[in-house]
Amino acid sequence: MKAYLALEDGTVVEGDGFGAPGKAKGELVFETGMTGYVEALTDPSYNGQLLMLTYPLIGNYGVNSDDYQSEGIKAEALVIRDLCHNPSNWRSEKTLNQFLVDEGIPGIEDIDTRKLTRKARIHGTMKAVLYVGEEEKDEEELVKEAREQESIKDKENLVAEVCRGETERYEGDGDLEMVMIDCGYKENILKNSVKQGINVTTVPYDTPADQILDMDPDGVMVSNGPGNPALLDKTIETIENLMGETVLYGICLGNQLISLALGAETFKLKFGHRGINHPVKDLETGRVFISTQNHGFAVTEESLEEVGLEISQINLNDDTVEGVVHKDMPIKAVQYHPEAGPGPHDTYFFFDDLKKDLKNGI
Amino acid sequence: MPKRTDIESIMVIGSGPIRIGQACEFDYSGSQACKALNEEGYKTILMNSNPATIMTDFDMADRTYIEPLSAEFATKVIEQERPDALLPTLGAQEGLNIASTLSEEGILEQHGVELIGAKADAIAKAENRTSFKQAMSNINVLYLKSKAVTEVEDALDVADEIGYPVVVRPAYTLGGSGGGSAFNPEELREIATRGISRSRINQVLIEESVEGWKEYELEVMRDPADNVVIICTVENMTPMGTHTGDSITCAPSQTLTDQEYQRMRDYSIDIIREIGVDTGGSNIQFAVNPENGRMIVVEMNPRVSRSSALASKATGFPIAKIAAKLAVGLTLDEIPNDITKETPASFEPTIDYTVVKAPRWPFDKLPGANRGLTTQMKSVGETMSIGRTFEEALQKAVRSLEIGRDGLGSDGNDLPVENVDMDRKLATPTPERVFYVKKALMQGYSVEEVSALTGIDSWFVSRIKSIVEVEEEIREHDSIEEMPKEMIRKAKRYGFSDKQLAHIMNSEESKVRHYRKDQDVESTFKAVDTCAAEFEAKTPYYYSTYEEEDETQQTDEDSIMILGSGPNRIGQGIEFDYCCVQCAYALEEEGYETIMVNSNPETVSTDYDTSDKLYFEPLTAEDILNIIDKEDPEGVIVQFGGQTPLNIAEELEEEDVKILGTSPKSIDMSEDRERFGAMIDNLDLRQPEGGTARSYEEALEVAGKIGYPVLVRPSYVLGGRGMEIVYGEEELESYIEEAIDVSPDKPILIDKFLEEAVEVEVDAVSDGKDVVLGGMMEHTEEAGVHSGDSACVFPPQSISDSAKEEMRRATEAMADELNVVGLMNIQFAVKNDKVYVLEVNPRASRTIPYLSKSTGVQLAKIATKVMTGKTLEELGFTEEVEVDHVSVKEAVFSFSNLPGVDTVLGPEMKATGEAMGIDSDFGKAYYKSQISAGMQLPERGNVFISVRNKDLRTVTLIASNLENLGFNIYATEGTGRKLKNMGVDVEIVPKVSDMERPNIVDLIKSEDIALIINTPVGKGAKSDEFEIRSTAASFGIPYITTLAGATAAVNAIKRMRKGTIRVKPIQEYEEEI
Repeated sequence: MKAYLALEDGTVVEGDGFGAPGKAKGELVFETGMTGYVEALTDPSYNGQLLMLTYPLIGNYGVNSDDYQSEGIKAEALVIRDLCHNPSNWRSEKTLNQFLVDEGIPGIEDIDTRKLTRKARIHGTMKAVLYVGEEEKDEEELVKEAREQESIKDKENLVAEVCRGETERYEGDGDLEMVMIDCGYKENILKNSVKQGINVTTVPYDTPADQILDMDPDGVMVSNGPGNPALLDKTIETIENLMGETVLYGICLGNQLISLALGAETFKLKFGHRGINHPVKDLETGRVFISTQNHGFAVTEESLEEVGLEISQINLNDDTVEGVVHKDMPIKAVQYHPEAGPGPHDTYFFFDDLKKDLKNGI
Repeated sequence: MPKRTDIESIMVIGSGPIRIGQACEFDYSGSQACKALNEEGYKTILMNSNPATIMTDFDMADRTYIEPLSAEFATKVIEQERPDALLPTLGAQEGLNIASTLSEEGILEQHGVELIGAKADAIAKAENRTSFKQAMSNINVLYLKSKAVTEVEDALDVADEIGYPVVVRPAYTLGGSGGGSAFNPEELREIATRGISRSRINQVLIEESVEGWKEYELEVMRDPADNVVIICTVENMTPMGTHTGDSITCAPSQTLTDQEYQRMRDYSIDIIREIGVDTGGSNIQFAVNPENGRMIVVEMNPRVSRSSALASKATGFPIAKIAAKLAVGLTLDEIPNDITKETPASFEPTIDYTVVKAPRWPFDKLPGANRGLTTQMKSVGETMSIGRTFEEALQKAVRSLEIGRDGLGSDGNDLPVENVDMDRKLATPTPERVFYVKKALMQGYSVEEVSALTGIDSWFVSRIKSIVEVEEEIREHDSIEEMPKEMIRKAKRYGFSDKQLAHIMNSEESKVRHYRKDQDVESTFKAVDTCAAEFEAKTPYYYSTYEEEDETQQTDEDSIMILGSGPNRIGQGIEFDYCCVQCAYALEEEGYETIMVNSNPETVSTDYDTSDKLYFEPLTAEDILNIIDKEDPEGVIVQFGGQTPLNIAEELEEEDVKILGTSPKSIDMSEDRERFGAMIDNLDLRQPEGGTARSYEEALEVAGKIGYPVLVRPSYVLGGRGMEIVYGEEELESYIEEAIDVSPDKPILIDKFLEEAVEVEVDAVSDGKDVVLGGMMEHTEEAGVHSGDSACVFPPQSISDSAKEEMRRATEAMADELNVVGLMNIQFAVKNDKVYVLEVNPRASRTIPYLSKSTGVQLAKIATKVMTGKTLEELGFTEEVEVDHVSVKEAVFSFSNLPGVDTVLGPEMKATGEAMGIDSDFGKAYYKSQISAGMQLPERGNVFISVRNKDLRTVTLIASNLENLGFNIYATEGTGRKLKNMGVDVEIVPKVSDMERPNIVDLIKSEDIALIINTPVGKGAKSDEFEIRSTAASFGIPYITTLAGATAAVNAIKRMRKGTIRVKPIQEYEEEI
């Protein structure tokens, strides 16, 4: 199949299409992990984004459903240098190509992904369109489409699209109760919490606070999710109302939402943090952890002090905020993904802390 | 944490001579460490017996001891220098072993020296199999079923418990030497006996076999704050059962899912903590069962290693440098990432290319060796290549190897497959197997079949299958001109070289190149940046690929390109890398921008710190021309990288590339026998009589005319390959029959062999006008032994002034005649005070670093500056340096890793490395050189002597000297009778062929013999001598094969008896000059 990838700056690259024919629109983002393509593709935070992997050989170990972070692919498309058709791994269930076909997701390969990564680094993340199919395409037309689409900053439905929609309860083998506000959570958050013995009830992102408090949880986790946090008025309102009432934890988008609810600000990063090698320094202990990250927005450092949030952790690459703790209230959030999947397990202690805080309560 | 201020001086132990399993990667690590410690303001004291290293350069450490690497000598250095700390983790196994001994014997404590990096107990925990096993069970990491034993009988019992096959691993040895797989009790008995004797603590581990499992390696770093990061993951193509040093490997891991990889990462972190490596890098190997993912740890090296050098080059993360900084208290987040400058070192490199490492074996030089690959490492070097795909990187790696291949086959040099038992070729790991994998796929074997037969994971096989498929597409076209641009581009993207395309298309490389360029299919260069382009790379370290965007940036500065020497091999080792690095330093001093090109990941030259720009590329004309197209340097230097750059110099010149220094034509002339002969005559010099023969009859005639013995060699190979000394007609006949295919277009060269001549080697530098000798070195082995295998001494000890004068005159005359600008090396033979010219090489030689360390003159630097137009007068180098001290260079062999190789020395080079001894007189310097070379000359004990008839007279003197020194003399019948007649007290021992026991081999095995002097009568694997030598080699007993060597050894023993030997840094010797 033919494949054209057009960017808003006028760049068009032609490659080989794979997966399902069709058109994908969104922001082209790059992820630098050398393993974990299954987890990344199924990470709901990639909703609205075309996922480009910087490691060139993708699909080597096939696809297995154990590694999914949600029930299917959430990225809009996959952009890679080379697709492996003959995977080798004892857990492999199907090829990556088959996975994309099954999920109706288009992919492009055999292109200079490093060139596009450098573009993103230099000019910032760009809006893009990927066409995969048999037709010859007018390049200018595609560029126009790329330009004219809505910016991710303004897309309001991204979370709604990936939120599971229903309240579900997952049993741990303890008596702690946690509600997770589902903005498009990753399975690993659930798995790690349950492993700690915590019973988790997931609720949709727009569930009002009183409904949550009625469940009488020991605490609430605000999950990760896609898009601009500032557009999620309802969730922010819910968090505002939960504050002081229960223990609050947040991961990634959850961290941004908690900060916003307290009155802090968020901003869009030039090209985001997406990878499994980001150094995070804990300011209290001085320890450095290697973390998984996937975020295009971040909390504005200067806006934190007035709202009672202290910076607990920073990213050593660019000093951006990676973790906040409230001075008085049991509120704790991190910008990275302590649950990994993909990525290192250095930050699993987050779930030990979660358990402790849930136990101690407010 | 800030760096430590409670220590001021740090001692670093290097790794000594290059041997299989311990090569120049430790020069890279050690040099980086010294530089890093100097940068942090510490006084550095370095000990290394290998003169061919950059780390032993005068300004690399504050005090540099080129002294034997032993606990005894290390103690002397400690007593003299009183260092505050000892950093043992950067000098390979050698360094760790010495540190352990010093610690065990209380020497460190006595002198208040702190071990930094890894404490003695951590080293012991990682190195001792029993304690390592216990440590693994403490942290619930699976480990092989195994048991350590010190007796062969126990080994057999353990094997019965575990079940055959079992793996035997000796504790504390290099590159797994002395180990192997045993499939039955007989094999086990043999391997265990050898392993126990080879182990420093006489211990071997009998271990469950995991042959066929997938093999992985992780490079881990830990800082003083307990932060741990993984630098690189490597996946081996050849599964468990073949030593990782003998496997093609690639980075990053390819067939592990993130879950599995993270589990391996977790284990690695747990392991480095449990073992207790305080700071620095460790290498951890894992085996994974391909059926079910069962993951076990195989071993851990608590130090930098060959893999850490590879990982550093593969990712751009300088492990040894960072390790040195961590050892003095810094934490990872306090150290900047050199490549990005703006982000810290506390991260995990991520790459957006694939790296392939391919081993380089020495079998071309060692025809008798067993080529089977086992758990005992046999390769002497390696190449690394980088590509965007595995296919591209693999083909680049193969053409970097300099084994006459231009890629993975289809290059005109394919092995014949007719009448070949392909299944068997696939099932046996050999150097050629990767080529057979491709051939089998071309013949129609399926990926699954090949994978099943080889044990190679199907992922790798299917990648090779892609190469086959692309080749089939290429073959659909009749000529290169008929290939559409897209097809050419595709071929390039799968790593096909222009030469391969030319071969497939029946064309010529230059035609392919020009057509390809006309079609705009040009290579692009991408940066190695540790971060997959997430941050800007400030350090220009590039590799080529065929993509859309090229990232190179050119400056306005004048640049000069240096071509490196490729993979280490016998005959072309670290010496040439030393010269290339010196060249880069010199050019920098002269204000040029330097561009280094090399494919060897073990080297200092491929450290991005060494030059302004680094291109990690194969050293072929195609690859070099691609870089030149981008960089347009002022000139290219080909003199320092050994034969490698010279092989392509003329091709480069044809493409209008300017070669600096001596012209390739002059270099060629010195290698062309007839023109060389004419030059010798013109200059009124002398060379051994000789002639050319195109048939056996002609050979007989020539040999008869000049008289036996003669030195015969084929004319179409250089550097001692296929060279032999022939003593009579019969031998000449068998040489021609067995070894060499003589024909009118492949003549053989026959020269008079000068028996009992002394060989002298000269290195000189010329600016085109003046010629100055760097020095004159006398070989202690007689002529006929390859110069690289012979010990040599500077300054000469037995050469008359008139002969020296004659050699000086000859050197000047030839430099002038050949228009040498730069270095030249000449081999002379002196017999009866007459000087003969044997060989001239107008380029850097193996002896340059040794001579530079001995004289304090940086010859390679001076030669570089001369090539850029400076005169020797301007550089202040106008006179040959005279010294009061003596330095001896001794060759070092790796025979114990290479079963089947005849250890007798001859015109074919067999040494893998060298060591140097330096002291005030010859005896002491020779003694040190012998210890450094691993030949522990005994002070007492039994000496076995067996010599050929013509040596009987001379050996009597040696024997009676030894007798006077208190040695007991043993000899075989012939030698013994003669010695007895001359009044030496001798015990006669039966030969193996005498069928009487115990014979001499039994004696050696029971370790009753401390020294062997054996000059060979004939050659051949069946002879008694062969068995004596190979037994001695595998039991590590010193043996000497020439009378000159024996005389020197006796002198050394005498000298050693006389008093204590002292140590002195080369900086002090330099001051005295």
